[in-house]
Amino acid sequence: MRAFSYERAGSPQEAAAAAAAHEGAQFIAGGTNLLDLMKLEIETPSHLIDVNGLGLDTIEATAEGGLRIGALVRNTDLAADQRVRRDYGVLSRALVAGASGQLRNKATTGGNLLQRTRCPYFYDTNMSCNKREPGSGCAAQGGYSRQLAVIGGSEACIATHPSDMAIAMRVLDAVVETVNAEGDTRAIPLADFHLLPGDTPHIETVLAPDEFITAVVLPRPLGGQHFYHKVRDRASYAFALVSVAAVIQPDGSGRIALGGVAPKPWRNEAAEAAMPNGARAVISRLFEGATPTEDNEFKVTLAERTLAAVLAEARG
Amino acid sequence: MRFDSPAEQNVSDRMKVLGQPLRRIDGPLKTTGMAPYAYERHGVAKDQLVGYPLGSAIAKGRIVSMDINEAQASPGVVGIVTTLEMERLPKVDWNVAYLFGGREIQHYHQAIAVVVANSFEEARAAAALIRVEYEEDQDATYDLAAVRQERLSDDVEPIDNIGDFESAYASAEVTLDATYTTPGQCHAQMEPHATIAQWDGDHLTLWTSNQMIEWSRQALATTFDLPAENFRLDSPYIGGGFGVKLFLRADAVMAALAARKVGRAVKLALPRPMSANNTTHRGLTIQRIRIGASQEGKITAIGHDNATNTLPGGDGENGARATRRFYAGENRLLINRALEIHLPESNAMRAPGETAGLMALEIAMDEMAEKLGMDPVEFRIINDTQVDPSHPERQFSERHFIECLQRGAEVFNWASRNKAPGSRREGAWLIGHGVAGAYRDAPAETSGARVSVRPDGSIRVETDMTDIGTGSYTIIAQTAAEMMGVSLEVVNVDLGDSRHPVSAGSGGQWGAASSTAGVYAACLALRKKIAERLAVDPEALEFSEGYVRYNDQQTALSELASAGSITAEDSIEFGDFRSEEYQLATFGAHFVEVAVHATTGEIRVRRMLAVCDAGRILNPMTARSQVIGAMTMGVGAALMESLAVDTRHGFFVNHDLAGYEVPVHADIPAQQVIFLEGEDPYSTPLKAKGVGELGICGVSAAVANAVYNATGARVRDYPITLDKFLDRLPEIA
Repeated sequence: MRAFSYERAGSPQEAAAAAAAHEGAQFIAGGTNLLDLMKLEIETPSHLIDVNGLGLDTIEATAEGGLRIGALVRNTDLAADQRVRRDYGVLSRALVAGASGQLRNKATTGGNLLQRTRCPYFYDTNMSCNKREPGSGCAAQGGYSRQLAVIGGSEACIATHPSDMAIAMRVLDAVVETVNAEGDTRAIPLADFHLLPGDTPHIETVLAPDEFITAVVLPRPLGGQHFYHKVRDRASYAFALVSVAAVIQPDGSGRIALGGVAPKPWRNEAAEAAMPNGARAVISRLFEGATPTEDNEFKVTLAERTLAAVLAEARG
Repeated sequence: MRFDSPAEQNVSDRMKVLGQPLRRIDGPLKTTGMAPYAYERHGVAKDQLVGYPLGSAIAKGRIVSMDINEAQASPGVVGIVTTLEMERLPKVDWNVAYLFGGREIQHYHQAIAVVVANSFEEARAAAALIRVEYEEDQDATYDLAAVRQERLSDDVEPIDNIGDFESAYASAEVTLDATYTTPGQCHAQMEPHATIAQWDGDHLTLWTSNQMIEWSRQALATTFDLPAENFRLDSPYIGGGFGVKLFLRADAVMAALAARKVGRAVKLALPRPMSANNTTHRGLTIQRIRIGASQEGKITAIGHDNATNTLPGGDGENGARATRRFYAGENRLLINRALEIHLPESNAMRAPGETAGLMALEIAMDEMAEKLGMDPVEFRIINDTQVDPSHPERQFSERHFIECLQRGAEVFNWASRNKAPGSRREGAWLIGHGVAGAYRDAPAETSGARVSVRPDGSIRVETDMTDIGTGSYTIIAQTAAEMMGVSLEVVNVDLGDSRHPVSAGSGGQWGAASSTAGVYAACLALRKKIAERLAVDPEALEFSEGYVRYNDQQTALSELASAGSITAEDSIEFGDFRSEEYQLATFGAHFVEVAVHATTGEIRVRRMLAVCDAGRILNPMTARSQVIGAMTMGVGAALMESLAVDTRHGFFVNHDLAGYEVPVHADIPAQQVIFLEGEDPYSTPLKAKGVGELGICGVSAAVANAVYNATGARVRDYPITLDKFLDRLPEIA
């Protein structure tokens, strides 16, 4: 871990201003990912802005009939919220499928969206990684890639996004709210929030360096049945091989987003039109242009089968 | 004392304290955090500095240069030791890879420098500033399958070549020829390797975490070229070892080198991400098994050809080991190909050889039973043997494998299982049952102890035996309590200190049987001393309730020792009869029920039963704890544990506990353990054998066989992850 300076921000805008004022600054909330990465010198912030004192830890109803989730609401609290459990079951289920109880107690809503990949080559600083060190190459290409992306990756990077929460939020069409150093706010649909790697895998979201997440807004409840089926090599405390977030309506229509397969939550609204035709039809649309490796080509089949299991469960 | 004939009736047979399911005497210390582990022993040496290691970034080659200037100038740095400062340090044969010194790199994350600083954070930050230039060997090879393929025609001296395997196999009525693979496995023990080192002149004290105190003392003598007497090791609490702490390792060597350089005590722990590649692992295996049998199910030919990875000088994971002795069959050809592969050091991990070997053999037995149309329990019973098939003149001292199978089948309700694979369903889940046999040798090693009666009437036991979470403290205390006729509460046990008599240490499943026999010997010596003091025949003495009783008289132990402790020391040595005339081993049968999701292939173990035959059980509670821990490890080996090899860069990629998955609570169902009543007088005076390694033997194959029974998909490559059989599950709608 490199030495860094530290401050506590007094307001969201001050936090953003502090980030603008210090090159190489990072926000720290739960720290469940950032601290690990700092210990390994994968992240080397020169300045930390502690945002834990900002409040932003409530879940409030919006005028549109949805919920505004403060950026600092802890994963445990979000998963346990009565309204979330009742109206957004997919989100509650995704949250409790992630990490461990201890981690969920610390991890925040904003931080969860900004988790970095768990690609083992990203984690080993002896290996080349374009995400960690732009231009150094990608050791994962041709390496051990069982956990890595089958779609959405590039020559430069085949890392996956590890979040479960984000997959559910994508299926719910959540919107990320931010503020910057000037006090300007904006609302970013989650669909547009994460970037595909292309030639710049180190740039993972559309956030500007001085932009701070204040909340995530959920639109009105969708009704229907909510599923989050996460498949992994052990029963708990592991990242998804494949996960399926789904909201399915009584008429068989619905929404699907996949985790564990791409650098961002993977959803294609056009593919959802194929839902009445079954899992295979949906998956073949969702994976158009997929470029799996020998290690992870099973994920395409697994995604199809997991979706089939969800659809079967929805039919009852 | 020498143990050179089978045990007869003796004091330990009283079984008032021994054999009782007593809680660990060190349990409260562990659960309240009061048992200090090596890295936490802040009080043992003043002004401790902190060392942080640097591991090699390449797998094979040499270091061209190291630049430590920036690290040296980093805040808080007191000193740096680099591998270039010295020739390669000598090692003993137990270690395969060298631990430190010189330019040559033998494996990824080999220790090449240690930075000493005032704080952990400063040492770690400075270590990251060392610049190293390497020259990588281009001829290195990291792919076991490829090397095996190239060298299959090599002439290898078989372990056993009995009868005429090839003809017997060729003429057998029913045959199986299948190849199985097991991956590298990581010990993944909770406590990393850690040591505090302090020199006093040319004498070194190490507060460390090590299973085998005397082995390490000897290794230190070789490495530092000083007499063994100059070294003291102290390792009272060990947070798991499983074989990875059998030997001197780089943590101790680096702490010692660093402490010598800076002239102060230095503590150092191996960071978790370095552990997998810096230390040892269970080697990878590729095992071809051929079995020939008659229609009636009698095995006539058994061939087991194991290939495994090792660095020069090692023998890897010998998967054919258990096959030597487990099943009958007149014609046998067993081979171990230890192939030089430049991955890190493969070495002992819980039941080395047997674990990987039985993962394969016990699937093969299941496949063979199916070919024969036999119940796999029955097939194993038919092929039981009461003599060592490798040396038929030797009997097994005690072998109740058939009883294990029968008792297990009854308790598990094996008869009610579904016999047609893939055809029992509960909702979305396919249900399957599997069985496997367990075999593990029961060695014993010389083991000593010192026992005292103290003025307050308490008993103190001192031995360099270790407790790696196994229960050694408790069974040693039970032995002393039984022998000296006192309650467990007044027995004080001090372990893991090289100043104490040399014990067998913890390894190879010999620890419990050997160390308690050593304590038995020392207690007999103490009883004799007391008899001499009382001028009575030791045979006439009875020790009970804190008193010595003889000729209608009685004297309290406290009274006997009122003028000062009475101390005796002895060691048990095991005569050749134990290994030459008899084969001593432990046996078991594992039964497992799994559910496999018919659509996604997710596997959930639902029920596990182990029936164990291991002689007298010294403490059913700690023994059970050993076995359920091993069963858990067996589930890990079956379903998830695998060190992923990068065959380009030659290292294990998933080198932390996020990437190397071991079972979590949610993976482990109700576990039942049954110990057969019995004793093995050929083993030790206490008639006991170990169980800590038996428990893992065969478990994984029972899981694998249950998955087959559930799905009809046979997977021969561990771990059995869903990607390996997804395409063989029922079609989806």
